[in-house]
Amino acid sequence: MKSSVITFPGSNCDRDMDVALKKFGFKNKMVWHNDVEIPKSDLVVLPGGFSYGDYLRCGSMASKSKIMKSVINFANSGGMVMGICNGFQILVETGLVPGVLLRNKYLEFICKNVFVKINNKRNTYFKNIDNEVLELHIAHNEGNYFCTKNQLKEIEDNEQIAINYCNKDGKIDEEFNPNGSIKNIAGIFNKEKNVLGMMPHPERMIHSYLSGEDGSLFFNNLINNLK
Amino acid sequence: MIVNEQVAIDHGLKKEEYKKICELLERTPNITELGIFSAMWNEHCSYKSSRLHLKKLPTKGKQVIQGPGENAGVIDIGDNDAIVFKIESHNHPSFIEPYQGAATGVGGIMRDVFTMGARPIANLNSIHFGSPQHKKTKNLLRGVVHGIGGYGNCMGVPTIAGQTYFDSSYNGNILVNAMTLGLVKKNKIFYSKAAGLNKPVIYVGSKTGRDGIHGASMASASFDEKIEEKKPTVQVGDPFTEKLLLEACLELMAGDSIIAIQDMGAAGLTSSSIEMASKGNLGIEINLNKVPCRESKMTPYEIMLSESQERMLIVLENGKEEQAKKIFDKWNLDFAIIGKTTNSKKIELFFNNEKVTDIPVNTLVENSPMYDRKWKKAKLPKKNRIKKEDIKNLKILDVLKKVLSNPNICSKEWIWQQYDHTVMGDTIQKPGGDSGVVRVHGTDKAVAASVDSSAVYCWAHPLTGGKQVVCESFRNLISVGAKPVAITNCLNFGSPENEENMGEFVECVQGIGEAAEYLKFPVVSGNVSFYNQTKEEGIKPTPSIGGVGIIKDYKKMITMDFKKVDNIALVIGKTEGHIDQSLFARNILDEKNGPPPEINLFNEKNNGETLLKLIDKGYVKSAHDVSLGGLITALSKMCIKGKKGISLKKPGYLINQIEYFFSEDQGRYIIEIEKKDLKYVIEILDKNSVHYDEIGTVNEKELIIDDKSKVSIDDLIKTHNYWLNNYMSK
Repeated sequence: MKSSVITFPGSNCDRDMDVALKKFGFKNKMVWHNDVEIPKSDLVVLPGGFSYGDYLRCGSMASKSKIMKSVINFANSGGMVMGICNGFQILVETGLVPGVLLRNKYLEFICKNVFVKINNKRNTYFKNIDNEVLELHIAHNEGNYFCTKNQLKEIEDNEQIAINYCNKDGKIDEEFNPNGSIKNIAGIFNKEKNVLGMMPHPERMIHSYLSGEDGSLFFNNLINNLK
Repeated sequence: MIVNEQVAIDHGLKKEEYKKICELLERTPNITELGIFSAMWNEHCSYKSSRLHLKKLPTKGKQVIQGPGENAGVIDIGDNDAIVFKIESHNHPSFIEPYQGAATGVGGIMRDVFTMGARPIANLNSIHFGSPQHKKTKNLLRGVVHGIGGYGNCMGVPTIAGQTYFDSSYNGNILVNAMTLGLVKKNKIFYSKAAGLNKPVIYVGSKTGRDGIHGASMASASFDEKIEEKKPTVQVGDPFTEKLLLEACLELMAGDSIIAIQDMGAAGLTSSSIEMASKGNLGIEINLNKVPCRESKMTPYEIMLSESQERMLIVLENGKEEQAKKIFDKWNLDFAIIGKTTNSKKIELFFNNEKVTDIPVNTLVENSPMYDRKWKKAKLPKKNRIKKEDIKNLKILDVLKKVLSNPNICSKEWIWQQYDHTVMGDTIQKPGGDSGVVRVHGTDKAVAASVDSSAVYCWAHPLTGGKQVVCESFRNLISVGAKPVAITNCLNFGSPENEENMGEFVECVQGIGEAAEYLKFPVVSGNVSFYNQTKEEGIKPTPSIGGVGIIKDYKKMITMDFKKVDNIALVIGKTEGHIDQSLFARNILDEKNGPPPEINLFNEKNNGETLLKLIDKGYVKSAHDVSLGGLITALSKMCIKGKKGISLKKPGYLINQIEYFFSEDQGRYIIEIEKKDLKYVIEILDKNSVHYDEIGTVNEKELIIDDKSKVSIDDLIKTHNYWLNNYMSK
C-alpha cells in the first residue's frame, strides 16, 4: 500500500506519521506543500503540527497551499485522506469535512491520553476493529469541534461522526470531554466516509513503551482494510 | 551623540571600565562602539564576576566531547551518536513579560543546540516563583507556562521533565531556566570558530527589528520600581520561524559548506560576530546596509544591539553561497551575505559607505574585565534540637496530607499537561517521574534527563547545598536506570557586588565542583545569572542542575509506580533523622534555621552504583529517590503513581517515627522488589556495604503504618492533585 504525508512549513508530526505508516507496512512518501501533484497513493495524510505557525487561523493558510488542489481532487474522486490534529484543522478549512475547530474550552493546550468510542464502523478506517473504545493521545490547543444545528443534524443523519470522547467503558459524557467539543466529537468523516479528520494522534500510540498501543491496532486494521 | 563618561554609565559600564575602553582604543569610542563594548562587557556576556570561579569546575571526562565555551556541551553516547545539551536562564525578561520571556528562553536554548548541528529531542525547565499568596505569582506562573508551551509545542520538541518551586524570595525575581537536549552524529558537530580569509559571512533567519535592544544589559542589573519601562528590552518570539530555521539549518548542515555557525542570542549580531572572529583569531568586516531589517531607518547602534530572535550567523565556504541560498529560499527565510572574514583581527562595520566601528577583537574578549569580587564565607548553622512536645501531638497521616498538598510537593500535572511531551514519538518516561526519558530514535538506547535545584539547602549552607543539587540530579537519573554522564548548570544568584551573595555563589560552585568531581559527573555547559534581585532583596541562591544519563537498553528503564501487590519495598541508604531545613521543619514546625542534611559523597556514589547493578540484574521493579518531604512522601508518590498501597513498618532504630518518615537525609532510594529476589538483593547490598531497611509490603489500596493508622490511596491522590488545580482555577 502506498501512502503520502504532506509536509507544510510548520508541520511537526510528519516524521512521526512517516515512522508509523512504515512500521505497519505502508510504502510512504513525504510530499512538499509546494509540489503540484501528489504521487499515486492509497492514502494521503495531513499530519499534525503548526502549519504556517497557526497564523491567521489554524489550518487556514495550509488549506490554500499548492498541493492542496491535488489533495482535494483526490478526495473528491474517492481517495482516502486522513487529517490528524492540525491536519484535521486543515481539512475543515478546505471544507472537505464540515464544521470548525475552536480554541479549547479552558483556553489551555492539552497533552494527555483520552478514550474515544468508535461511532461508525461501516467505513475503511474502522471496519473490522474489534474494540468499541480506543485509548489515544491528544495534544492540541484548538480541538473544540463546533458546527451549526443544521450541520449537526446533517452530520448525524449521514452518520459522519467517527469517534467521540468517552471514558474507558465507552460512556460518552461531558465529564470526559477534554476540550468542549460539541457532542464530544473527536473526529468526523465527509459524507462518503473516505475523508477522516480527527484530533487524536494514533501515530504516538504504536509501542508499549509509548503512551499505549491502540494506534498500532488502528494502523494494522487500516492497511488490512485497504488491501 | 557625543560619548562621555555619563553616557557610558547609562550603558551600565563602570567609570573604570569606560576609562579602560578609551585606553584600549587610544581614543573615545563612538556611540555604536560604546554600545558594543557595553554589550560584550556586561555580566551576562563576559562572566566578569564568575569566570575566575567557574574555571575550577571539573569539565572533562571519558565521554565528554565538548565542555563549556561552545554554544552547548557535547557527550559521546556510543555508535557515533552524541548528545548536545545546555541549560540557560531567562529570568529577567520573564518577570517583565512572562509569556514572551519564557517563550524566547526556550527558543534561545533550542537555537544553541541546533547551532551545533543537533536536532533537539527534548526540552526541560526549572521555574521558580514567589509565594503563592503574592499578587503577581498566579499570573506569572500562567504566563510562563503558556510561554514555554507556546514555543516548545510549536517547534515539535517534547518537554519531558521539569521542576517548579515556590518561595517568597522569588516574589520580585522569578526564575525561568530552560534546557534542551539534541542528537547529532559525532562527525557532524558544528562549532563557532571561524577559519580562513575572505570567507563570506551570512545572515539567515528573521529580520532584525528594534526589539530586545540591550536585553543582555538589562539582565545584568537589579530591578527597581521602574521595571515596567524595561518591557521593550524583552524579545518577541516566533516559534514558527524558528521551526523553519531549524529545518533549513539542518538541511544546510547535511552538506559541507559551513565553516562556522553561531546563533544570535544575547547581544545579537554583536556577540555572534565577535565570538566567531575571536575563536578563529580573525577579523570580521560587515556592511550593515546588507542586514535584513524589519523597520526602516534603523541605526548601526540598533542593528548591532537588537536581540530579535530566530537569527543565525554563518561563515560559509567560498562558492557555496548559491547552494545555501536555495535552501533558505525554500524555507522562506532571509539570506544575506553581509560581510567577510579578514586578517585585521578587528571588527569593522560599515554603514552608508562610512566606517562606523573599528575595534580590535581582543579588546572585547580577552581584555574584557575580570573581577575577583570580595566574598564572605558562610558558617554552618547550629543544629536545632526538635522538642519532643513539638511533635508529640502530631499525627503522622495528618502531616502527610499537609505535605502532599504543599505547593512544592503537589502534582504539577496542570503545568506539564500544557506541554506537548509526546511529539517525536520517543518519550518513554513522561513528566512526573524522577527523570524524563526519550529513546534515541531508531535504536535501543535512551537518554534520561532531569533538572533540580535546592534553594533552601543552598541558602542554609551554600557549600553543602551545591553538593546536594548535583547528588540529587545523580539520584534522579539512577532511579530510572540511567548511568549519569554529565551535567549542565544554571547559576541563579543575587548581586555579585554584595559580599554575601558572592559568597553564596563561590561556595555553591565549590560544592558543585566537589560533587561533580567525585561522582565523575562533569559540567559540560552552563550559564550564570546574577542580579536576581529587586533593590536590596536578593533571591535564595539557586543553582539549577540539569543532569543527563544514558540507558543502554530502554527496556531496562525503571519507573516509580509500585507494580505488584506483595512485592517488598526497601529503603537504600541510612535514615539518620535529619529534620533541619526539611519541608517538614519549615512548613509544619515553622522552623527555618539549622543546617541542611549532610552530604556523604562516598555513600552517594556507592548507593547509586549498587542500585544500578540491581537494576541491571533485573531485580528492581520500581525505584524512586528520597528527597523533599522524606521517606513517606516518596513512598506515597510511588503508591499514587501505581494506584497501589503499602503496609509500612518502621524499623527498630532509636529515632522516632516522625523523624524517620519526614527527615531528608541524603543518598537514599526506595526500591520495589519481588519476595523471591529478596535474598539475592540483600546479598548484593551487603557485599557493597550499602545500608538498607525493609520498610513494607505493597498492598491493594491503602497506606498503612504499623497495622494501626491508615489512609486510602484514592484519598492521597485527591490530596496530591488538589492544590495546584484549585489555585489556578480561582
